[in-house]
Amino acid sequence: MALLEVKDLKVRVEEREILHGLTLTVNEGEVHAIMGPNGSGKSTLSHVIAGKPGYEVTDGQILFKGEDLLEMDPDERAAKGVFLAFQYPVEIPGVATMTFLRTALNAQRKARGESEYSTPDFLKKVREVSKSLNIPQDMLKRGVNVGFSGGEKKRNEVLQMALFEPSLCILDEMDSGLDIDALRIAADGVNALRSPGRAMVVITHYQRLLNYIVPDFVHVMSRGRVVKSGAKDLALELEASGYTQFEDA
Amino acid sequence: MPAVQETVDRVKRIDVDQYRYGFETLIDSEKAPKGLSEEIVKFISQKKNEPAWMLQWRLEAYRRWLTMTEPTWARVDYPKIDFQDLYYYAAPKPKKAVSSLDEIDPEILKTYEKLGIPLREVAMLEGVEPKVGEEDPARRKIAVDAVFDSVSVATTFKAELKKAGVIFMPISEAIREHPELVQKYLGSVVPTSDNFYATLNSAVFSDGSFVYVPPGVRCPMELSTYFRINERNTGQFERTLIIADKGSYVSYLEGCTAPQRDENQLHAAVVELVAHDDAEIKYSTVQNWYPGNSEGKGGIYNFVTKRGDCRGANSKISWTQVETGSAITWKYPSCILRGDNSRGEFYSIAISNGFQQVDSGTKMIHLGKNTSSRIISKGIAAGKSQNTYRGLVTAHRKATGARNFTACDSLLIGDKCGAHTVPYIEAKNSSATFEHEATTSKISEDVLFYCIQRGLSQEEAVGLVVNGFVKDVLQQLPMEFAVEAQKLISISLEGSVG
Repeated sequence: MALLEVKDLKVRVEEREILHGLTLTVNEGEVHAIMGPNGSGKSTLSHVIAGKPGYEVTDGQILFKGEDLLEMDPDERAAKGVFLAFQYPVEIPGVATMTFLRTALNAQRKARGESEYSTPDFLKKVREVSKSLNIPQDMLKRGVNVGFSGGEKKRNEVLQMALFEPSLCILDEMDSGLDIDALRIAADGVNALRSPGRAMVVITHYQRLLNYIVPDFVHVMSRGRVVKSGAKDLALELEASGYTQFEDA
Repeated sequence: MPAVQETVDRVKRIDVDQYRYGFETLIDSEKAPKGLSEEIVKFISQKKNEPAWMLQWRLEAYRRWLTMTEPTWARVDYPKIDFQDLYYYAAPKPKKAVSSLDEIDPEILKTYEKLGIPLREVAMLEGVEPKVGEEDPARRKIAVDAVFDSVSVATTFKAELKKAGVIFMPISEAIREHPELVQKYLGSVVPTSDNFYATLNSAVFSDGSFVYVPPGVRCPMELSTYFRINERNTGQFERTLIIADKGSYVSYLEGCTAPQRDENQLHAAVVELVAHDDAEIKYSTVQNWYPGNSEGKGGIYNFVTKRGDCRGANSKISWTQVETGSAITWKYPSCILRGDNSRGEFYSIAISNGFQQVDSGTKMIHLGKNTSSRIISKGIAAGKSQNTYRGLVTAHRKATGARNFTACDSLLIGDKCGAHTVPYIEAKNSSATFEHEATTSKISEDVLFYCIQRGLSQEEAVGLVVNGFVKDVLQQLPMEFAVEAQKLISISLEGSVG
């Protein structure tokens, strides 16, 4: 059974159809890159999988571990193992990052019927993970993403990914707003999380990110559909020839 | 319907029945007839065995009140109150005796559980009577360790306070036992002629607390703890008077995070604080009165006058309030900064949901030299509620070097509520420095979705964001109440989204 199966998905936003029948299958352990020009529907796909309000699915299906994902509330999807690393992580003033992490992790565990972490166990776990990602402890005391640099915000996303241990990670334009060093640090963090039980969907406009997170498969999206799929070399081809060849496809 | 409202509704129904029962059997001795007249004022005074001067004081207030009209400037809307259709005196009604927690409505217990109030205390708040002969040593030990619970602990507090010289008693007792102090200070901050509701309160106040801290004494405990046990049945016209003599300190918390039920619709309390030279009073309020049902029916009208007088040099008065209840709130805890170098603070969280209307804020009146004040107000409006901050900062001609900092932030949840900020700023001398900052924001869908994507439910997400928003004020609350207040905030916003 595939981890994620998107079948002939049609999605509207305010009367305008954005996805016109998209199909994608992701198995455990695989890393898929989704590339495409602006407005091709890449971010819409990531939002619909995560359950962001404002999108109307008019046709098609999304199965996650064989279950109908579209029937689940977004927090339920999170607890089942769907994680979206946001292109623009939001700031939450007054809520310490540490508090946020613990509240979220325990909410997920509770939803799965697991026991909540005790404070010492939680602290130990966060310290381990943040150390491996080179995240200083004082960053965890600050408000969630408040005053964080672009790189810190993305590292905070990776930290959460590492902490929540999801089975599907969707990385939405992870490279936007990052300089090359910040990108490398974040990508290293993501690579460390690659595992046979976990799949990743990496959404990006540029091939650059895929030098750091090397995918198993590359899909090209244009006008709300996957128009071409292939191995990692496809990304390099695209870099050379651009997206225009698909514009009229 | 949000769980908390359901609970409160249910509780209210229960209470109304008890009330009727009490009315039928105890009509002559325990309750004055409806309406207000000199006879009723005399009746109240007599019931309380008050000295003649007190009765005179009340009657003067009553006569004054007859000449006054209700204020209409607040941004609140309610049907006209018929003051002759209210009861002005009812002895605290005996609660139905309950012998164990099992007999208490599980819905109520659930609310307590959400608030994290220990069961021992629930038993006390709900009036569970200890079984005779069951005063086991374990129970006593818990009582002593846990601070809350049981009359004997209250007595321990009393002894300790007495040792420190602190007077802390119902104001009705203080009128008899310490008339010289009461006569000197009562009405010295909020005069009987102050405003319509304060004057009404002066005529008919039922009871309240009296605190006197002698010179140089630091009150050995938060007076909240004792108060919480003691003040369950205070009537609708509370009167509180706190005096901190030279160089003393006292911290006082009124109210309770547990849902408060009361069949009295009109509440008009008066609180007066007096801080002498180098003294400090910290006054915190957690108010969770019945807010009315989901259609906006019922609920408490809370018309309160609270004022602190920094009478001495270097004195300090700090108000902290968490207001989540009441259908209508009309409340402006204020500071008169009379002494040189005195300092006033106001920290407020006002949450409105459903059809609640809040018009609240503060007044900082700078009279002395080099006085300073600080106002941090956080208003949160949800549902179809209206939430107004109204504040006055003024510096007298002689108040050279006066300083104020004000920050008013409003947060809107949903698109059917309103937040309003009405600041009045007056500087009558050129050396005053007043700063005012105000923001209004809407709780962002993107922020909520971010939290929900991380596994929080919609309501948990709102609670988290709001608690972040009010953090600066929560930090001002006494430690043990900050946690409860935080939970209360989440509960009062239940059902505010989606």
